[in-house]
Amino acid sequence: MTRQMSGAQIVVKALKDQGVDTVFGYPGGAVLPIYDEIFQQNDIRHVLVRHEQAATHAAEGYARSTGKPGVVLVTSGPGATNAVTGMTDALMDSIPMIVLTGQVPTFMIGNDAFQEADTVGITRPCTKHNWLVRDTNELAKTMHQAFHVATSGRPGPVLIDIPKDVQFANGTYVAPAKADKGHYNPRVKGDMDRITELAALMETAKKPVIYSGGGVINSGKAASMLLRELAEATKFPVTSTLMGLGAYPASGDNWIGMLGMHGTYEANMTMHDCDLMICIGARFDDRITGRVDAFSPNSKKVHIDIDPSSINKVIHVDVPIIGDIGHVLEDLLKIWKSRGRKTEAGAISKWWGKINEWRAKDCLAYKQEGKIIKPQYALQRLEALTKDHDRYITTEVGQHQMWAAQFLGFNDPNRWMTSGGLGTMGYGFPASIGVQMAHPESLVINIAGEASWLMNMQEMGTAMQYRLPVKQFILNNERLGMVRQWQELLHGERYSSSWSESLPDFVKLAEAFGAKGIQVSDPDDLDDAILEMINYDGPVLFDCLVEKHENCFPMIPSGKAHNEMLLGNASTEGAIESGGAVMV
Amino acid sequence: MNALRIKKGASRKSAYDLKSTYGDEIETHTLAVLVDNEAGVLARVIGLFSGRGYNIESLTVAETDHAGHLSRITVVTTGTPQVIEQIKAQLGRLVPVHDVHDLTVEGPSVERELALIKVAGVGEKRVEAMRTSEVFRANVVDSTLESFVFEITGSPEKIDAFVEMMRPLGLVEVARTGVAAIMRGNAT
Repeated sequence: MTRQMSGAQIVVKALKDQGVDTVFGYPGGAVLPIYDEIFQQNDIRHVLVRHEQAATHAAEGYARSTGKPGVVLVTSGPGATNAVTGMTDALMDSIPMIVLTGQVPTFMIGNDAFQEADTVGITRPCTKHNWLVRDTNELAKTMHQAFHVATSGRPGPVLIDIPKDVQFANGTYVAPAKADKGHYNPRVKGDMDRITELAALMETAKKPVIYSGGGVINSGKAASMLLRELAEATKFPVTSTLMGLGAYPASGDNWIGMLGMHGTYEANMTMHDCDLMICIGARFDDRITGRVDAFSPNSKKVHIDIDPSSINKVIHVDVPIIGDIGHVLEDLLKIWKSRGRKTEAGAISKWWGKINEWRAKDCLAYKQEGKIIKPQYALQRLEALTKDHDRYITTEVGQHQMWAAQFLGFNDPNRWMTSGGLGTMGYGFPASIGVQMAHPESLVINIAGEASWLMNMQEMGTAMQYRLPVKQFILNNERLGMVRQWQELLHGERYSSSWSESLPDFVKLAEAFGAKGIQVSDPDDLDDAILEMINYDGPVLFDCLVEKHENCFPMIPSGKAHNEMLLGNASTEGAIESGGAVMV
Repeated sequence: MNALRIKKGASRKSAYDLKSTYGDEIETHTLAVLVDNEAGVLARVIGLFSGRGYNIESLTVAETDHAGHLSRITVVTTGTPQVIEQIKAQLGRLVPVHDVHDLTVEGPSVERELALIKVAGVGEKRVEAMRTSEVFRANVVDSTLESFVFEITGSPEKIDAFVEMMRPLGLVEVARTGVAAIMRGNAT
């Protein structure tokens, strides 16, 4: 059945037909017709953010915690350009997101009209695909295509730019099932010969490791369950990237912690010394590999990924398998079982002996002493007091993010939202708003540093308006901690612009918005304060004053290999050589 | 903790030196990319090359299937085998891209380029230019008493050679189309 309706009505109808229940956005001249339609219906909730960047991060939080695409609606010009950071973030972390932008009317495009920007031009490199719709009759098809592109294959952000006259004009609506989705259709099934090759490698590996990533989570809950089955059945150790935390449970027997620059000693040594590396939905990012020519020198490498361009981009692999993680793992388990469920059990148990030796180094050790709260201690107490809750964690970017990854345990996928690839300060607070919108009854905590948090602090207004009881757990060291750490290690302890001058009184700031503020500085008061935060029904700004000069360890210095890791108590002199100093 | 001493004049070149089992030698490949003929598709392809630091030696584009809304982009690029593989994979994941063919790898292909070459001169030089053009089977498409415009079709190397021959004979201006290429035989 086809129907005539206005472009604005088509947009809202398409959103409903795609199952959208929440839109994050900010109105403006070029999207008023769509906002008018939103006003006249009750199926889709619109969340008014205080800055368009926050709308994109909130949509990312919504998407990562639900597995559904996040939807953003903003106006032309500055509305669109403010959304660029969030789209780039979603592209780097493979988050499905649909961004709808208003545009000046078609007859004014190119005239430098008020609030005009070349939105599709600006966002071409930071979206998976984008469209400028010049004809209302194309709008429904484009909307459905956008959802298809954003959610299939490697997920990512897409953008539809809709001129105002296209929103006003009448056109024909087509339902999702009837719409032409185009030729884009990435394959999900892996090559069976390659999967069989992997099964054979698993049978003979003496020092295997599973290195999993965000792709496992993107593939859906079933993929995480299959990963667990694979690990349990083979006894292979499992490590994960920052993005993949929770796919394999932190409480699982095979868990050896996160890997990479601030990963655990045991995870990185396992990666370095393994003879079979099974990379599942990760992309050999530079935070993971360290020095690439010294990366796991003696292993056969298998890479399972849905994106062919991830294969051999950084590290040459022996067995590439292109496909969806869920599909490939299902086939892999079937084949491996049919071949007799064989592993080198004796050798693997010896391998675990080695891993446990590395683990005995206790690389995350720190000393909580005296009257100053160590950030690690604050996170350990937060973990102890919240781990049994129905809990979602978001983070900002910096030291606190790495400590959160090290000290919080994630036992389920979709519970951990953090800006990995782009490293966007200001991500966590709006993301927590998006998560709380999707999970109104759950405990949503944003682990933040004071500097990152200030980047999107205006969202206090959003949290209050929609009664979102998000907890802002700020580890306040009055420093740009990670910048300060690098300046200490690399730039002669010259702390150029890395301290937070003129900080607000966070308690008063919370109160000014009508929220609750809590400040704690004494380790003895920490538990009570955390409980007060959890039990308060409303947004809380938790200002935790912590040790100002704590460094985040362990650390693989830039330009170094996995087995050249710095531990907390090691001397860092000469740790980074000139070659490594140019790396970020 | 002591500060680290960074040597004065330390190398600024990337420390991410990618060593793989691929060769390090630079190769030239001709890629045929079949794309939806939609607004911005060329910008997507070019943006991919510039954004990721790949080389474009030559690029031609035109609609080749009006009914199917398809265009063919022929791009000649250089890089190590690893980079060439990346370029193909990156092109392949663009939504409007239907197909990427590496004509250099997939088998013998024909490559042709067209050039318009303006040569100005009188007397013996003018006669010599005319004579040389016949050897190269170039056509005269415009002439005045002091100038010729030659049209020449051939491989890029042939055109290069012709341009070099014309240089001492009064070469004024060169316009080249870039390479169009197609597989030999009945394969597509």
